[in-house]
Amino acid sequence: MLDASEGYTTADGRKIGGVVMEMKNITLRFGGVKAITDISFDIREGEIRAIIGPNGAGKSSMLNVMSGFYVPQEGEVWFRGKPRPQMKPYEVARQGIARTFQNIALFEGMSVLDNVMTGRLTHMRTGMFSQALWKGRAEAEETANREIAEKIIDFLEIQAIRKTPVARLPYGLKKRVELARALAAEPKLLLLDEPMAGMNVEEKEDMSRFILDVNDEFGTTIALIEHDMGVVMDLSDRVVVMDYGKKIGDGTPDEVRNNQEVIDAYLGVEHD
Amino acid sequence: MSDQFVFAMEVTLNGLMAGVLYALVALGFVLIYKASGIFNFAQGVMALFAAMTLVGIMNGQVPFAHLINATFGTDLHHFGWHLPALLAIALTVGVMVLLAWCVQRFVFRHLVGQEPIILFMATIGLAYFLEGVADLMWGSEIKTLDVCLFGETGCLPQGINETIDTVTYGWFGYGFFIDNLDITATIVAAILVIALIAFSQYTKQGRALRAVADDHQAALSVGISLNFIWVLVWSLAGFVALVAGIMWGAKSGVQFSLSLIALKALPVLMLGGFTSIPGAIVGGLIIGVGEKLFEFAIGAPFLGGATENWFAYVLALVFLVFRPQGLFGEKIIERV
Repeated sequence: MLDASEGYTTADGRKIGGVVMEMKNITLRFGGVKAITDISFDIREGEIRAIIGPNGAGKSSMLNVMSGFYVPQEGEVWFRGKPRPQMKPYEVARQGIARTFQNIALFEGMSVLDNVMTGRLTHMRTGMFSQALWKGRAEAEETANREIAEKIIDFLEIQAIRKTPVARLPYGLKKRVELARALAAEPKLLLLDEPMAGMNVEEKEDMSRFILDVNDEFGTTIALIEHDMGVVMDLSDRVVVMDYGKKIGDGTPDEVRNNQEVIDAYLGVEHD
Repeated sequence: MSDQFVFAMEVTLNGLMAGVLYALVALGFVLIYKASGIFNFAQGVMALFAAMTLVGIMNGQVPFAHLINATFGTDLHHFGWHLPALLAIALTVGVMVLLAWCVQRFVFRHLVGQEPIILFMATIGLAYFLEGVADLMWGSEIKTLDVCLFGETGCLPQGINETIDTVTYGWFGYGFFIDNLDITATIVAAILVIALIAFSQYTKQGRALRAVADDHQAALSVGISLNFIWVLVWSLAGFVALVAGIMWGAKSGVQFSLSLIALKALPVLMLGGFTSIPGAIVGGLIIGVGEKLFEFAIGAPFLGGATENWFAYVLALVFLVFRPQGLFGEKIIERV
């Protein structure tokens, strides 16, 4: 296992820093059903951390705990060196944790640009009265936020559809717009819920490239959930493996690949 | 030009003006429905409550006077002052914001995720409760509403507009009777709509409002507090109710039948769609003109009159059959 205090250097030479988020002994129940049982792991600055596991392993539940959508019955979530008190999802977002959804949650009626701009809401300071009174300041702020949004739109190569209402876009592009909106928040931690679910091979390759580029260019810390083991192994620095709500493996892709329990879990379920 | 045609023109103009007032009420419905999916039956009562509060504050009435006097054996009725209209309006806006907060905090916060029909029932309860509160607070007698913004000037105008009367008399040999108050209401409504659209398009809160209207989960994930937005939208609806209450109150006195105007907003919404601000305006105008013209051309001569009471609803029924989402509403697609 890796040293917990210092960080490490990846195989491709990237420096990984200290712990950004740490899950400590998380247990989550729905009624009598345990979705997550006593799971602990950490996420470090600058790394791409994956949570994988077969269907129903509790991966999405874990991500929902991290983003504040679910409140665990036991355990603590530590963020940037402090235990996080119980928070609403919007408060978690304001702390600098952005996320995407497995089934895409975009503002369908708005344009791509407007969607990305909503990602800037947590950075907008002027309220509605000052916006009415000091038009200049509000405009300057709008322009600054707009520049960041446009930069991200360029980066993810969706300039051509900036003004298109999201409802008209194909699935693969919607996923990319959702990523753009999350990035616009300049998050300290980016959570991606099955970013490649339902995509064809070509779209998966595009998305993988964007995830790597985002991490490389902006240094964004990324935690992602994935069902498809192959994609994850190429992408991530460290992998947590879950099965039936329990953690059965944690380490670099190579370590995880050779873990007997992981192999059993994956061979034990049917693949589509 | 034939007399009939000139009369019809006058009727149309009056219909447009009446339609503006319908649209004002419908606007309040649309705001809340869009942001929270709640069909707010209490919108009409909110207009009544706002108008009564405004009159009460302006006249220096002691709120809950009967209750206080009965409990403590005092004899309070008036504070003995007369507040300027602008200050009274500002205070009333404050009361409506407080009301919005209470509604969200004590009712709808506990009903998040419930079926629409349950939310709707809650607003019916709210409507009758609020009517009771209004009665208890300000008494049930009919009050006149004379709003003068700057002391003696800037008053809401009453009576017939003489200029239009003279000009049209010059053109057609027949002077149109158009209420000054209706013209004012039209201008105020236009300003209100432009302000609302500017707010939702160009401000941070407006963007957040549109986001919440579109997708709750996504809104949460970008750091928007749903509770805050819902209080904001009920406050906005309260403000719209105040404007509608002032206009209707100045026209026909502040009385409890004012809350019934909410019902006229229903056909307006069926025409315009429940989710569209322009739809509320256009729907209001069509209903206003439609019912006046129908009464003029068919109702009065052939059906013995009083068709204005039901024509709007029949029109709405026709729309329900052929275009259930309204003129501007979002398309309803059912996937099998």
